[in-house]
Amino acid sequence: MAITRITLPASARRGETIEVQWLIAHPMETGHRSDDQGRLLPRDIITRFECRYLEQIVLAMDLFPAIAANPYCAFTLMAERSGELVFIWAGDHGFEQREVRTLVVTE
Amino acid sequence: MSTRRLVLQVLSVAALLPRPAQANRAQLEQAILAFTQGERPRSGGVRLDIAPLIENGNAVPVTLSTTEPVQTLALFNELNPQREVLQARLVPTAGGTRLSTRIRLATSQQLVALARGQDGSWWSHRVDVVVTLAACIEGG
Repeated sequence: MAITRITLPASARRGETIEVQWLIAHPMETGHRSDDQGRLLPRDIITRFECRYLEQIVLAMDLFPAIAANPYCAFTLMAERSGELVFIWAGDHGFEQREVRTLVVTE
Repeated sequence: MSTRRLVLQVLSVAALLPRPAQANRAQLEQAILAFTQGERPRSGGVRLDIAPLIENGNAVPVTLSTTEPVQTLALFNELNPQREVLQARLVPTAGGTRLSTRIRLATSQQLVALARGQDGSWWSHRVDVVVTLAACIEGG
């Protein structure tokens, strides 16, 4: 399991645009570098991120080797009602991680 | 002027043209057209925020933003080993959207942000950046 940090506002009003931030510990090895013996280091990156809110995919993102190590992402989301936010990362060599947070939405 | 001399002059001028740079730019345009399925994006409609002078290419903050609802956001580069940086599909929201991350840059180059509006139209914003310390993407 990779260390993740997810930041959400403590609560949001209905219809408000909030910012969701996440950070995940991952080397994001590009597959274009070699070690000191000249051997190519195999690519090891997170290739996909998904965020689901109220049973809907609100953001689906493909990541490429140009994303920096320990990927960080911030994105906007329209708060509709209280519910779960599911964060899913997937990557090379079977990497998979899932985190769930609750978004509290007031009228 | 003899024909031979003219040919030589034309050749020497041609040799001075920045051909590799043109080839890279062509690759960038190809990658963009492959992503938009042949449609040439119009300038505007999306904003790419990045520092124009970058001291460390290993983790460069970038923000893509729009003021109108969009269904797709993407970022391409000219001179990293791969043209793609990120491609995102999202739920269009009134008032637009904002997406930030940190990227690697191998050298000074052009970056292109793309956005696709709800009506299917493609928009772009191009930014040239100078990188003083490159990301160790290749070699070493």
